[in-house]
Amino acid sequence: MKGTFPRIPSGCSITGILNKKAKRFSGADVIRSIRLMHDRSNGLGGGFAGYGIYPQYKDHYAFHLLYTNEASQHDTEYFLEKNFVIDRCEPIPTRPHPRITDTPMLWRYFLRVKPYVVEQFSSSHNRELVKSADEADAEKNFVVSQVMEINQKIGGAFVASSGKNMGVFKGVGFPEDIGEFYRVEEYEGYMWTSHGRFPTNTPGWWGGAHPFTILDWSVVHNGEISSYGINRRYLEAFGYHCTLQTDTEVIAYLFDLLHRRQGLSLENTCLALAAPFWKEIDRYPEPKREAVTAIRQVYGSAMLNGPFSLVVGFTGGMIGITDRIKLRPLVCGQKDEVVYLSSEESAIREICPAPDRVWTIRAGEPIIVKLEEGVQP
Amino acid sequence: MERIDSQGLHYHELNELIKRLAEEGVREFQLDNVNGQRYLGTGLAYPDIKMVVNGVPGNDLASFMNGPEITINDNAQDAIGNTMNAGQVTVHGHAGDVLGYGMRGGRLFIKGSVGYRVGIHMKEYKKQVPVLIAGGTAGDFLGEYMAGGVLVLLGLERQPGVPLAGDYLGTGMHGGVIYLRGEVDPFTLGKEVSVFDLDEADWSLLGPHLQDFCAAFGFNYDEVCAGKFCKLIPVSNRPYGRLYCS
Repeated sequence: MKGTFPRIPSGCSITGILNKKAKRFSGADVIRSIRLMHDRSNGLGGGFAGYGIYPQYKDHYAFHLLYTNEASQHDTEYFLEKNFVIDRCEPIPTRPHPRITDTPMLWRYFLRVKPYVVEQFSSSHNRELVKSADEADAEKNFVVSQVMEINQKIGGAFVASSGKNMGVFKGVGFPEDIGEFYRVEEYEGYMWTSHGRFPTNTPGWWGGAHPFTILDWSVVHNGEISSYGINRRYLEAFGYHCTLQTDTEVIAYLFDLLHRRQGLSLENTCLALAAPFWKEIDRYPEPKREAVTAIRQVYGSAMLNGPFSLVVGFTGGMIGITDRIKLRPLVCGQKDEVVYLSSEESAIREICPAPDRVWTIRAGEPIIVKLEEGVQP
Repeated sequence: MERIDSQGLHYHELNELIKRLAEEGVREFQLDNVNGQRYLGTGLAYPDIKMVVNGVPGNDLASFMNGPEITINDNAQDAIGNTMNAGQVTVHGHAGDVLGYGMRGGRLFIKGSVGYRVGIHMKEYKKQVPVLIAGGTAGDFLGEYMAGGVLVLLGLERQPGVPLAGDYLGTGMHGGVIYLRGEVDPFTLGKEVSVFDLDEADWSLLGPHLQDFCAAFGFNYDEVCAGKFCKLIPVSNRPYGRLYCS
């Protein structure tokens, strides 16, 4: 080998910002925060999730789609029309950017599920996979199945996000460039998360950029999920199919399965994913020991192994958590009603120079931040 | 003294500028508006350099540093003093994970709490003895694989219920000493270490460093010393010495 190689001091970057009073603010802040950690990513992926960005369509499922060709768009729209009323459909606004190239076609759809569809779907499918006593939940199960079907069966079409009043803007590039490309600063949301990618095990492609989503769950992740194979097989039994070639995908589906479908609290969901070591569980007082033992036993295949720090977004809140021996960084900050999570303190200080409080979370112990009591997203 | 406005400067530019000025003979620096720039002071080898940092410096501050004194008037991030050889870093706030990784000389003073894997694989050789003192608490793996040096954790202004140090304390440690101002839960101890009381030799080693630490941050030395200290040292020097020959 000839010459020298510049060191790339990478390791992924993540950021999350939540206004607990649900005051909406421009995506410009989150771009500035993630831009500061430019050197943590290598230009092979960046993305943003914004919550509260579509107030005029807040009851619609906002589908963000990536298409590699016109046929995939045609097939997807034909597929969507069968079961959804498409109240609005448009290209996602972008601006030409010198460093964002080879862009797929980017479209978004504001959808309502047709009235009879969910009932028909629930009765004709395996009860365990899709059925729910709760009507709204049954509809969500149906929407999940549609996302899976597009990702699995329509060549060249991938769903970037499918939640209500939220959307994901992601692609191949440095995150700040992706933000400019998607004109993220023109949106206002009460919560933003972001990711700068340094792919290690999987290809840097548009669908493989973070955040990973299902419904209104979004996940940005620094690390590697070495339990991906086990998690993926476990999820398949519940109708989730991994198609995006990146380990982080399983985390979004696990939150949907454990919390929304199986009713575990967010705390217990985190406990299942970042389970404590047995030697620690054995020291817990009863009945905590018994409860945590049960969670570890039942959800052994949902446990995430390997290094991670995560910011998980959902309607009305976000979660920050690291693996149980803290192999990746995560810092929290707070100023008045705004809470920040980030890989580096400097990325918080970039947009909040004088926080009331800055602290690092302990390994495996989640910080769960929600909108203040009574505040509607 | 050279004042540098670091606002918006990439770490490459900032560190190149510092290096060039140091070669031209500048010995006192004040870096303003620092935020997130990595590798500040890395490889600097002039023992008479003094640098004040205003803002939060990025990771790997003072790595491979050999002589200068750096004062941070704010919090700092991860991996300060990586393989540092001589000099001193003083942080007037908290700091992150993996501080003093493979540190082989010099001193690292952190006023507040520190993160995980602090003092990992510190080492010493004859008079080259690194010293790392943190005023607050620490996360798991404190002093992991430590092969030498002095690691001190004071637990000052500790909130009730917050442990002094985390789990896996001194795991794999085979040299050096850890001084703790507070109790140790035996459950958290690595298999390679045991807890002892301090003797006179300990105080003559620890005392002067602690005095300097208290002077740097305005702590009362006598009050700090009035706390109950214990020390951790490895119970075997060469735990794997017979691994391949027995």
